[in-house]
Amino acid sequence: MTFNVRSVGDATVISVDGQLIVGNRQELKQKVLAELERGARRFVIDFTRTGYIDSSGLGILVSLSRSIRQERGDLRLASLNSDLRTLFELTKLDTLFEIHATLRDALAD
Amino acid sequence: MNPRAAVLELPNDISAIETAVERAVHCCASARLARSRLMFNFRVGLTEALSNAILYGNGGDPRKRVWVELRVQSGEVRACVTDEGNGFDPDTVPDPRLPENIPRPDGRGIFLMRALMDEVHYNELGNSVTLVLREGTRAAP
Repeated sequence: MTFNVRSVGDATVISVDGQLIVGNRQELKQKVLAELERGARRFVIDFTRTGYIDSSGLGILVSLSRSIRQERGDLRLASLNSDLRTLFELTKLDTLFEIHATLRDALAD
Repeated sequence: MNPRAAVLELPNDISAIETAVERAVHCCASARLARSRLMFNFRVGLTEALSNAILYGNGGDPRKRVWVELRVQSGEVRACVTDEGNGFDPDTVPDPRLPENIPRPDGRGIFLMRALMDEVHYNELGNSVTLVLREGTRAAP
């Protein structure tokens, strides 16, 4: 699994290729916090190529959301498939995150 | 089909989880569950059980081990995950959907197992959990 980081306009887009689980959550956290430290404030995490997320992966997203908000930034989630979307609905995390159907939608103002 | 059984033994290391889960999925392919249920429900449920066993059951102790016993038959898979810890009472875990718990970064593992699998049973000690997933039953999604 890999996390690809790129800039699109003023947004930092992180793509999750593979799984976001207990074994790699810290890698995602470090990448996002490094960008936050460099001054990035607008983040989109793209799940187009994500297989599954476990509770630790959900937890790291909650933690990152808090860190980004503390810096007056913005975190959006994009392109969750129906299984992943169900995870957020089951846990009611869909009430905590701004979730967009596509990356394009998430990048729109 | 005749029931199949397999046992996987893991080191107490979270980096071993993903490979173990893929091996378990491969073992369970003959159960002929819908692809989404095997590739999503089962993978998430088993990942939760393994991470709980490694991080909490065995307390991250690298000297300990975790075992996965798989029983596979047509339309059903069972995975029993056992650690070397002292167990716990799963009924004391708070509901992560309560408004005060939603902003917390932790506490969703057991809830997800129960939501995604058809059955989740702990032994009396609480150091062994059995996950059951069947074809055509209620587990989300």
